[in-house]
Amino acid sequence: MAFDSIAEFVAMGGHALYVWMAYGAFAAFFVVYVLKLRADRRRVWAELTWQSLHASDSKVSEGNQEGEVN
Amino acid sequence: MSLKSLWHKLGSPRWFYDISGGWVAGFAVAAAALLLVGMVWGLVLAPPDYQQGESFRIIYVHVPSAMVAQSVYIGMGVAGFVLFVWRMKLADVAISACLPLGIFLTAVALFSGSAWGRPTWGTWWDWDGRTVSTLVLLFLYVGIYALRSAILDVDLRGRASALIAMVGTINIPIIKYSVDWWQTLHQPSSFTLTEKPTMPAEMWLPLLVMTLGLYAFAGFAVLYRMRTEILSRERGTHWVRALTRSDQTLTERARGDDGI
Repeated sequence: MAFDSIAEFVAMGGHALYVWMAYGAFAAFFVVYVLKLRADRRRVWAELTWQSLHASDSKVSEGNQEGEVN
Repeated sequence: MSLKSLWHKLGSPRWFYDISGGWVAGFAVAAAALLLVGMVWGLVLAPPDYQQGESFRIIYVHVPSAMVAQSVYIGMGVAGFVLFVWRMKLADVAISACLPLGIFLTAVALFSGSAWGRPTWGTWWDWDGRTVSTLVLLFLYVGIYALRSAILDVDLRGRASALIAMVGTINIPIIKYSVDWWQTLHQPSSFTLTEKPTMPAEMWLPLLVMTLGLYAFAGFAVLYRMRTEILSRERGTHWVRALTRSDQTLTERARGDDGI
């Protein structure tokens, strides 16, 4: 343990602003990025679900089984 | 599985979607564990630097984000090559998944570098080789992203971004050797593969853990985004429709409905 108290840890030897700026940006990056990944997946999934509810199955051709787009 | 059959299978987005689900989960768990351990180790347990004091702890976020930002670009350059030569659809998906991650990581590397520069060099920014070539990396990422948003034709969009991604990889060795070619404020590499670290183990071990953790996160983020992109692009196909249908059935069962 490099620090004797919580106050010392927060103060970062007088470099609190710089250390917490860097770590704050790093942590914020993770939160924002993971939320964005999830939001995009949910949006696409919602579109697909809507599509499959409203489109008739007869439109899907048999040649489509291998995962190729028409 | 032979290398040739793997190559053929990579041509099928469906195969990739099916096989990558487990990898996403594995990378996510590894990233969470490594980054948590690395953060506590680097921020609390590692000793302060004898010259820089506590501000040296910025190394644990700055160096990994800069390293992974460059690696993601190399990955994008390779995907660009594959797309350009073999027109593999999955390579275009990979480029689109690398871009936002690269932009974010490069921005974090520049920002944390700036926060480290102020107490160490006495300035937030210096126009030296390392900082400028990293800024060029950010512009490359943002440039390709903007280009892809501007071109509607899928084929042209892929080929144009693949070309710039490939040409831009020239910048990666420039970033790497910038600290040797131009003697300025930025310190030389903290890590090399061939030599023993000059830092004591209690300082470089957390750096290694953080770097591995961020690589795992990059693996998770790129694969996750690729899978979203595949679902979106393959929406007209049988297998994606089957996926959404089975999801609806599950939801209805969960609600206690008897189907449609």
